[in-house]
Amino acid sequence: MPLDPALAGRRFPTTPAHDVSRYEVSRFAAALGATDPVHHDVEVARRRGHRDLPAPPTFPIVVAFEAMTGFMADPSVGIELRNVVHSAQRFVAQRPVYAGDVLTATLTVESVRQAAGTDLIATRSEVATTAGEAVCTAFATLAHRAPAVGER
Amino acid sequence: MSGQGQPAPADWTAGTELPTQVFRVTRADLVAYAGASGDHNPIHWSDRVATAVGLPGVVAHGMVTMALGGRALSTWAGDPARVREYGVRFTRPVVVPDDDTGVEVIVRGTVGTVADGTARVDLVVGCDGTTVLGQARASVLVAAGLPGDD
Repeated sequence: MPLDPALAGRRFPTTPAHDVSRYEVSRFAAALGATDPVHHDVEVARRRGHRDLPAPPTFPIVVAFEAMTGFMADPSVGIELRNVVHSAQRFVAQRPVYAGDVLTATLTVESVRQAAGTDLIATRSEVATTAGEAVCTAFATLAHRAPAVGER
Repeated sequence: MSGQGQPAPADWTAGTELPTQVFRVTRADLVAYAGASGDHNPIHWSDRVATAVGLPGVVAHGMVTMALGGRALSTWAGDPARVREYGVRFTRPVVVPDDDTGVEVIVRGTVGTVADGTARVDLVVGCDGTTVLGQARASVLVAAGLPGDD
């Protein structure tokens, strides 16, 4: 069943506060093999002019993904993660995410269009601190393929 | 901070070729990324689910491939904070075999334009001889005196 085109323009609820810890920044960087001590050693980070450990440039996806998960799970949307392929991603950062940030994401559906049985959903998630400071805008395009009846 | 033999961002001009970076991705990396990112989509760890949705097998999270491009950008720029805009299209899946060696992801970068203290960097990200990310480009701050300068 194709998605409702009326989804375009809808804004979904802001995610709960996400406390970004030093451990989380370091672990995310380590999962990517990023050994630059700026992600792992706060003394190095401060010597290099940072207020705390900066996260890798794609880290905002962690918070944006929470918003995407909420969007997909919304009963009025109803799409399953396993039927979704991430087709494009873009970040526009005001600054890096730092350990110590408390972040939320608010997702807006920018457009929904159909191509060859697939719904292409363009989303925009505004990642900000709970104090209201804009940190990053994460634009994700999701391709959703609805399974045929009886298919698993 | 810049690596040896690599042009400092302040010296970048249109056409500057950045040193190619090669990364290796294994199933273990995908599991680590799933844990670190919260993206537990089973197509990134279960062959059964991946093939059921029509993929050749377990594929890397697009965000892992994109993040390796981000690692290359951070290295070239000298600091992750200099990477201000970064976008890609995920054009081909990176299939990660269930073995100990995994696959190689190769990231090449060329400086496009430099204006107002910002450089556009065009990336070519490949795996197994094919390009896996499309329209991969970033805006990187090149002016001195930013966080990350020693």
